Amino acid sequence: MILQLSHVQTFIDQFHILQDVTLEVPEGEVTVILGRNGAGKTTTLRTIMGLTPPSGGSVQFRGEQLNGLPPYAIARKGIGFVPEDQGIFSNLTVEENLSLAMRKKDGATRARLQFVLNIFPDLEYKLKQKGESLSGGQKQMLAIGRALVNDNRLLLIDEPSKGLAPIMVEKLAQAIREIKQHTTVVLVEQNFALASAVGERYVIIDDGHTVREGLMSELLQDRELLGRYLGIKSNLSNGKVV
Amino acid sequence: MDIFMNLTLSGLSTGMMIFLLASGLSLIFGLMGVLNFAHGSIFMWGAYSGVWIYFRTQSFTLAILTGMMMGMALGWLAERTIIRRVYGRPIDQILITTGLMLVLNEVLKAVFGPNIIAVPIPPLLAGSWELGRIIIVKYRVFTIFVGLVVAAAVHLILTRTRVGMIVRAGVQNQEMVQVLGINIRQVFSLVFMFGAGLAALGGVMMAPAIGAINPGMGLENQMLAFIVVVIGGMGSILGSALASVLVGLAGVYTAWFLPEAALAVNVLFMTVVLLIKPSGLFGMGGEQNR
Repeated sequence: MILQLSHVQTFIDQFHILQDVTLEVPEGEVTVILGRNGAGKTTTLRTIMGLTPPSGGSVQFRGEQLNGLPPYAIARKGIGFVPEDQGIFSNLTVEENLSLAMRKKDGATRARLQFVLNIFPDLEYKLKQKGESLSGGQKQMLAIGRALVNDNRLLLIDEPSKGLAPIMVEKLAQAIREIKQHTTVVLVEQNFALASAVGERYVIIDDGHTVREGLMSELLQDRELLGRYLGIKSNLSNGKVV
Repeated sequence: MDIFMNLTLSGLSTGMMIFLLASGLSLIFGLMGVLNFAHGSIFMWGAYSGVWIYFRTQSFTLAILTGMMMGMALGWLAERTIIRRVYGRPIDQILITTGLMLVLNEVLKAVFGPNIIAVPIPPLLAGSWELGRIIIVKYRVFTIFVGLVVAAAVHLILTRTRVGMIVRAGVQNQEMVQVLGINIRQVFSLVFMFGAGLAALGGVMMAPAIGAINPGMGLENQMLAFIVVVIGGMGSILGSALASVLVGLAGVYTAWFLPEAALAVNVLFMTVVLLIKPSGLFGMGGEQNR
């Protein structure tokens, strides 16, 4: 397992957001964290990154304890994070946004930058433009691309399809399929069509607790689970969510 | 006509000295959002330590270097021990840096004495050139030159280097900079230290220009620096440079025609700018500054 969370608890101010989150992420797969609004999905990603440090339990990345480390040190271990609001520096150009993320300037990093520009060709034409001039979809591409220019072993992506047009969501799904060839991905996603299209495994979090985890193919067949925790009615005859 | 030329040169020179103090404040207050009320005290420590070395070595270059090192050392110490604990808490920043200002001012009096100390212009920079009835004071030209060099250097660092890029990004979203693997606190420590060094440089440069140093000079000039940063726009070095020149010129011209209104004109100028353009002339400001 590349990432293991064991009985993690996190407070934000006086609010006990994560009460008992346990999950395992196998290397080379896309694991999707599902759950209703306010269940604790985003806080789980922020806790892994050290942005809202855990008050209990343990977070391990490749067998190494992350508890207590500052966010920059966690990132340097090889974890990329794409926040829900994308975190684009609007006063910097696209090129500067990418360059800022590069921790090395070697050949391998340049090759990864080229990979980013290949999967997100829109960015290549916008390199000299300020981040503020990008569309929502382009900002999402830049945010993901920025997390890919380093030799990250794990990518945490929070709600990438939020606010995007269907055509952009399709492009995003294709990009995630390409990314997972190189990097393990943990995805928080409300759009179940996207989640089920790219995810191999799922974890359901409800009210700060892990309530179920397993294979996505099994979840697609579990009408009761989909309905109870995700409010989804599924057409099980063809395995597709409607 | 010649009086206007002389006043303009004097205003430019005064403006550039204000800029040296304000440039540090522009980085610390304008970019990092830290309300450092001890900035004027660091400026004053730069002046006193520089003058102390100058009297012993007769080297103005050494005086400048010593003053800057003193400012950077004080800045480093203040950031490490005090400022770091109050990032993002403006009320605490005001209280704690006001306390620091009082401590630094009293320690300065204990070390260098409370009296006014006369400071001559270094011989190499003394005297003037006369073009007809226009008198160009050499030291004023020197201060304008140093101010322009500092403005260009800081602007280039902010816009053309990785550190500058980190600072600009950090102003907007510190959290995101950290998750890219960058220790933003370390970078901000450097910026704070550099800003304090610039304040101290301003102190050393101003000492011969006004002919004397005294334990009240920090507070007097700090107010002008805050006015300049607000007029120029938070976080804009070039804005601060332009605002410094405007404030310098306004101060000199008003002092000539209506001496008692000199400071009032600058405050009025700041008020008008804030009413018309609240972000200042060239403000970029932090959008989130988390």
